[in-house]
Amino acid sequence: MAATLVLLPLTHLVLRATEGGWDAVEVTLWRPRTLDLVGRTIGLALVVTVACLVIGVTAAWLVVRTDLPGRRLWQVVLGLPLAVPSYVAAFAWLGWRPELAGRTGATVVLVSISYPYVYLPVLAALRRADPTVEEVARSLGRGPVAVFLTVTLRQVRVAAAGGSLLVGLYVLSDFGAVSIMRYEVLTTVIYRSYRASFDRTPAAVLGCVLVVITLLVVGAESRVRRGERQDRVGGGAERPAAPVRLGRWTAPALAGLVAVIAAALGVPAQRIVYWVQRGTSQSDHADVWDAAGSSLTAASVGALATVLVALPVGILSARYAGRLSRGVTAAAYAGHSLPGIVVALSMVFFGIRVLPSLYQRLPVLILAYVVLFLSLAIGAVHASIAQVPPALDDVARTLGRTQLQAWREITLRLATPGIGAGAALVFLVVMKELPATLLLRPTGMETLAVGMWRQTSSAQYAAAAPYAAAIVVLSSIPTAILTLPGRRR
Amino acid sequence: MPTRRRRAALALLIPLALLAPACGDDSGSDEAGGGDPDASGESIVVYSGRDLELVEPLFEDFTEASGIEIEVRDGDSAELAAQLLEEGDGTEADVFFSQEVGAIGALSKAGLMGSLPDEVVQRVDERFQPKESTDWVGITGRSRVIVMNPDLVDEAPTSVLDLTDEQYRGQVAWVPGNASFQAFITAFRVSVGEEEAAQWLEDMKANDAQIYEGNTEVLEAVNNGDIGLGLINHYYWARTLPEVGGPEEIGSDLIFPEGDDPGALVNATAAGVLAGAEDDPAALEFIEYLLSEEGQTYFATETYEYPLIEGVDDPADIPALEELEGPDLDLTDLDSLEETQALLTEAGLLS
Repeated sequence: MAATLVLLPLTHLVLRATEGGWDAVEVTLWRPRTLDLVGRTIGLALVVTVACLVIGVTAAWLVVRTDLPGRRLWQVVLGLPLAVPSYVAAFAWLGWRPELAGRTGATVVLVSISYPYVYLPVLAALRRADPTVEEVARSLGRGPVAVFLTVTLRQVRVAAAGGSLLVGLYVLSDFGAVSIMRYEVLTTVIYRSYRASFDRTPAAVLGCVLVVITLLVVGAESRVRRGERQDRVGGGAERPAAPVRLGRWTAPALAGLVAVIAAALGVPAQRIVYWVQRGTSQSDHADVWDAAGSSLTAASVGALATVLVALPVGILSARYAGRLSRGVTAAAYAGHSLPGIVVALSMVFFGIRVLPSLYQRLPVLILAYVVLFLSLAIGAVHASIAQVPPALDDVARTLGRTQLQAWREITLRLATPGIGAGAALVFLVVMKELPATLLLRPTGMETLAVGMWRQTSSAQYAAAAPYAAAIVVLSSIPTAILTLPGRRR
Repeated sequence: MPTRRRRAALALLIPLALLAPACGDDSGSDEAGGGDPDASGESIVVYSGRDLELVEPLFEDFTEASGIEIEVRDGDSAELAAQLLEEGDGTEADVFFSQEVGAIGALSKAGLMGSLPDEVVQRVDERFQPKESTDWVGITGRSRVIVMNPDLVDEAPTSVLDLTDEQYRGQVAWVPGNASFQAFITAFRVSVGEEEAAQWLEDMKANDAQIYEGNTEVLEAVNNGDIGLGLINHYYWARTLPEVGGPEEIGSDLIFPEGDDPGALVNATAAGVLAGAEDDPAALEFIEYLLSEEGQTYFATETYEYPLIEGVDDPADIPALEELEGPDLDLTDLDSLEETQALLTEAGLLS
């Protein structure tokens, strides 16, 4: 079922790309501008990913392994920017610093809201990592910098690579930041193609190009992961490491983190306040509450459904990796990298033909969320199952449990926190989702993102502000949960 | 172990706990909005490319006057057209109310629109009717304008042709992806000439015209003093006045280019009935209501657009519709959108 679902947008894309014949495909494909767009898209994704990698890993190391003042608070605060929708951040930045429009602005906005994709898994990996390895390295005479580079980085390599993949895919699919910052990449052109022309071939061809790029990126990431064992039976110690003393580096480290948070949270917050003060338009509080209710419904059901579909795929790929699980995972990543409008239109096409009675009802909308965000959940399920040593199941079976019992009592139980984190992640991206929600929502259902879109498209910024604030605040709840330290036994 | 599990349970439970009350909300709205719209004949489904905030009160007035319930699905006109193209015959939509003629024209070409009675289409001025069919009818008029920040511009331009002048270098904001802008370029091609239009685009590019994503962003940028001039539609400016506190506060002026300047194009919003609802009297009644005196007055006073029927006053603070000339063409001549896009693509402004 997961396989069928994730293949829907790809099938539809190929159908639309080729309906005008191969010549039409070639015309779009071999335009010099297409190559230029591919270059810009990959360039932006690379720059943002590298910046997120540096910020995410450094921030996680600072708050877990050093004596940084207020590190417990920082651990939570540094995760919160994930709750800010890219269009809110971009709009705020452009209002404050219009000269940043273009590549610089797009980079700043995308880095400021997507570094938590690296920060969160590295934070978790650092907490889990066995500090004795570092202690041994230091006892053998390595300095703190050398230990960080040779030992710590190795321990978080897989987590950082997985996070980078999410950043890269997010940048490929993002429309809000690049369109508001007026930086032309594949997604902006795909959207414009749908909006301005009724010839869907060019948009579909460029969508296929995006899918190819994604598959290359996914392939590169799995290379990093290959051969890495992530499970640990015991013997290692999951305990706090002796903190590295920052000394005279305390002030610069703090200043750096303050700058990150000011960029990621301060600018949007300041702008929301500015809109409220300046404008006279007002939103009805009851409307905002209703929209919040709908958003929570959509996000909760979406998160649960996505995790349920992801479970078998993640388990298969962690335990019995084969062609099917690899294929589904790659297709799911492709779904995640496609702009929402592409996935939404494919769900329109199949929804009205296959499930006409459920079309524009909650179930088909939820299916669209599953297709869009399955890769986030598969990643979380895969990572958390992979950390459970299969030997534990075997032990349980020698003690008389059936395979299913052993699996339920050992693997699932140990993997639950990671799976829960995946659900929280899907929850908050659904909160921010707009294009699929707009086309597929039940008639009359208003989510916060829809409410905000409606207000800004009619220039009522003051009225849009409460919706923006509500999205950020409600998304902060699951984000904060993602950063909570797991207390030790 | 227990603490870990508690944490995981928390992660799953919070959304669930929040979901419980929300579920009630949802089923409520489902009852209100659900059901087969055609079963009773008392309800129609409208796909609306218009800002819902702006048209919802009018839709409510219609329901009150006629007893016919409206289920509205709002969105971007072209995206809704794309959705209707994907939905095909299976669509539940009865009426499409489009922001511009292009989107509804594309559906007409694909054979998805039903015909309207001649007498309904003929209620509006001839230039706001389709030429070859009765698949749609113009509902309101919207003029292209130049918006200007007087603090940044010494000499006001009077025509879009002036904008390629050196003194406006880097000072003009435009939106090549916007449907209204493309309609304007189509008007340029059709009324002035293909080569002239291509040359103008090249000169504008050489004069460092700045690409923006939408008309709202252009207006905001001009009002803020980020850029001196912008090419938008008249009502973006007019409707922002109450938000910022009047013409003195907004920070910009409107220029309506005179004569047959292509930059003075007056385009229309349009509505039509989907093929499957061609014989649905409720759908037709809705179209007629949009063209009634109440409907047209509403648009003039609430959305600052031009009414298209006789006997309804134009919006305040802007020139009357009769005074606007615009390029010498028929609105249906603007259906050559693909050629415009090819031109914009060639100029490197679109892909």
